[in-house]
Amino acid sequence: MLKQIEGSRAIAEAVALCRPEVICAYPITPQTHIVEGLGEMVKSGALTRCEFINVESEFAALSVAIGASAAGARSYTATASQGILFMAEAVYNAAGLGLPIVMTIGNRAIGAPINIWNDHSDSMALRDAGWIQLYAETNQEAADLHIQAFKLAEALSCPVMVCVDGFILTHAVERIDVPTQADVDAYLPPFEPVQILDVDDPVSIGAMVGPEAFFEVRYLQHHKQERALEMIPALAAEFEARFGRVAGGLVRTYRTDDAETIVVALGSLNGTVKDVVDAMRDKGDRIGVLTLCSFRPFPLAAVRAALANAKRVVVLEKSLAVGLGGMVSDGVRKALSGIVLAGHTVICGLGGRAITRASLTNLFQRAQRNELGVLEFLDLNHAVVDRELARLAQARRAGPTAEAILRGLASAAAGARSA
Amino acid sequence: MTLQSVKFYQTGTFTVGNRLLDDAQRSVQANMRRTNSLNSGHRACQGCGEALGARYAIDAAMQAAAGRVVAVNATGCLEVFSTPYPETSWQIPWMHSLFGNAPAVAAGVAAALKVKGRTDVKVIAQGGDGGTTDIGFGCLSGMFERNDDVLYVCYDNEAYMNTGVQRSSATPPAARTATTMAVGEHPGNVFGTGKNVPLIAMAHHIPYVATASVANLRDLEAKITTAMGIAGSRYVHVHVPCPLGWGSDPADTIKVARMAVESGLFPLFEARFGEVTSRYTLRRPVTVEAYLMLQKRFAHLFTPRRDEATLAAIQETADRNVRTFGLA
Repeated sequence: MLKQIEGSRAIAEAVALCRPEVICAYPITPQTHIVEGLGEMVKSGALTRCEFINVESEFAALSVAIGASAAGARSYTATASQGILFMAEAVYNAAGLGLPIVMTIGNRAIGAPINIWNDHSDSMALRDAGWIQLYAETNQEAADLHIQAFKLAEALSCPVMVCVDGFILTHAVERIDVPTQADVDAYLPPFEPVQILDVDDPVSIGAMVGPEAFFEVRYLQHHKQERALEMIPALAAEFEARFGRVAGGLVRTYRTDDAETIVVALGSLNGTVKDVVDAMRDKGDRIGVLTLCSFRPFPLAAVRAALANAKRVVVLEKSLAVGLGGMVSDGVRKALSGIVLAGHTVICGLGGRAITRASLTNLFQRAQRNELGVLEFLDLNHAVVDRELARLAQARRAGPTAEAILRGLASAAAGARSA
Repeated sequence: MTLQSVKFYQTGTFTVGNRLLDDAQRSVQANMRRTNSLNSGHRACQGCGEALGARYAIDAAMQAAAGRVVAVNATGCLEVFSTPYPETSWQIPWMHSLFGNAPAVAAGVAAALKVKGRTDVKVIAQGGDGGTTDIGFGCLSGMFERNDDVLYVCYDNEAYMNTGVQRSSATPPAARTATTMAVGEHPGNVFGTGKNVPLIAMAHHIPYVATASVANLRDLEAKITTAMGIAGSRYVHVHVPCPLGWGSDPADTIKVARMAVESGLFPLFEARFGEVTSRYTLRRPVTVEAYLMLQKRFAHLFTPRRDEATLAAIQETADRNVRTFGLA
């Protein structure tokens, strides 16, 4: 059914259609509307056979989900930013125990400085925890990916994060096709756990494992992700056959066939990138887009196939591996092993910095003129950086940096007004 | 069955459940049908109070729940010594997740059972004092305030024993641990620190809070049985000596535990909805010195010279407990 709803509401309705049995809620912007929506459905009776639990922290949220999942319940929670770091230990634990929890990440920056706006620092920080990570491009895909996520998680006994750009998607009101319960029921079978805390068949879960077996247990997590490389496209195809639209998959290409320049991006940014690519194509530029939907598992073969014939690759990253550059680029470079082409990592959009068509157009044109460096920072205000570095050089006790930069921007703005 | 207080002076240990009682009055542990939920063969040290307490607690819980108990365990000695895979001592469904989240994991198990309509299955969470009073405290408080249907059992041996005897917020004043060294002007743990989690649990107005000790195992069983008959969040805090960490003779575990009770340092009581409803009145009171001198962690109070001021301060703590809890 078509509805004009907020992204968070669409996700909440999609999750509800998956018949979750335990939902743990802890507020953190920008995911809060999702669990609020689910809580209302449970309390009103619209979503039955489901426990909605208000917990005291994100660490508890995922821990409650861990217990519920181990006891055989389909379990869901959502978080963002500081929240996923606060639950980091449990994030690894859920994967290590093989519990098919689905968790939405309303992607948001990590402090300090504290910042509520969108980038990918949060989910990227936990990229190697053993969870599958799927990134949604649109609100429709965000909703659809949750339905696929439960099926994927439970098929593999592996937790799945669905990463949704905070505010850009979570708070945007758009037309969403909300599936019917019958279709979701036909797509998603009931949860049959491979391990369960059962009084009639007692098992011990979570034992100490030493050097004799830890390696193999950890390797099997990797093996699950390799199986996911096959399962994710299959589930997406099955989804398309039933629901009549494309969602998920490992990667998607856009106008890459004869492209010399291919832009790689995750999440909602792809919309803007495609607009820019269309405009540049109209002018004869041979440029295309590779959208990464699955970041874990990282689809090495699919990325290699998509990029192998390009002359250059521009990887847009909404997170900064401080001291290195980009994390997505690392995977892209590995995918391209042995293939010689120009690779550029572009850090962009940190802390919600707008990524505009104008900036991207300029960036891609520079790329085509071979003017891009290995590591670029899109729309970084170098004047602000230089001013702060000069200020810090003046006195040992220069005080806090973030506050000084804000003060500088404020006084510059005031000066501009009075001038 | 009404509980009858039986005194078996002849054994010197207050051990009960022997053949002097008829079947119905025997302790769970003396019952032929006890479940051995924490089975023999585990790797606990000689004289481990925690292994003893857990064995009695879980078997009593199993009897009360007709054998339908799921246990969640915090990281710690109990977790490590009971599951050195491929061996496990647990005869019940048992799960270990992390150090600080046992109450939350147990709440999740309880939620799953509730949504599946499994009212017959009961959930227990358990941990040591570090996992309970320190790192798991946030989750514990959350479990209490939500009144999740979980019985949490804390086995309190007053320090982080699994990592090599470091101070926790349950470590008593003056006690030597690896991080409260017996050196300097005020050797051992600092006075005026630590927290009383049973009282904090009571402040949540949960249906049932009790303290217990391996010195009185029948009482421990009775409190677990009572707790298992109540719905909602319940907390039982069990005092369990650790010969390794305390520097006590493994043969003296029960004796040391009893001295803690009889000195007034570890009051035994029950509380319902924040109100104390019963307490154990001291039968053979002893001075704190009689308790402290059995343990090397307090040796600096006696050698090279007696630390009268510290001994008096600890005695004052015990005396205050006697007044506050009405133990006399």
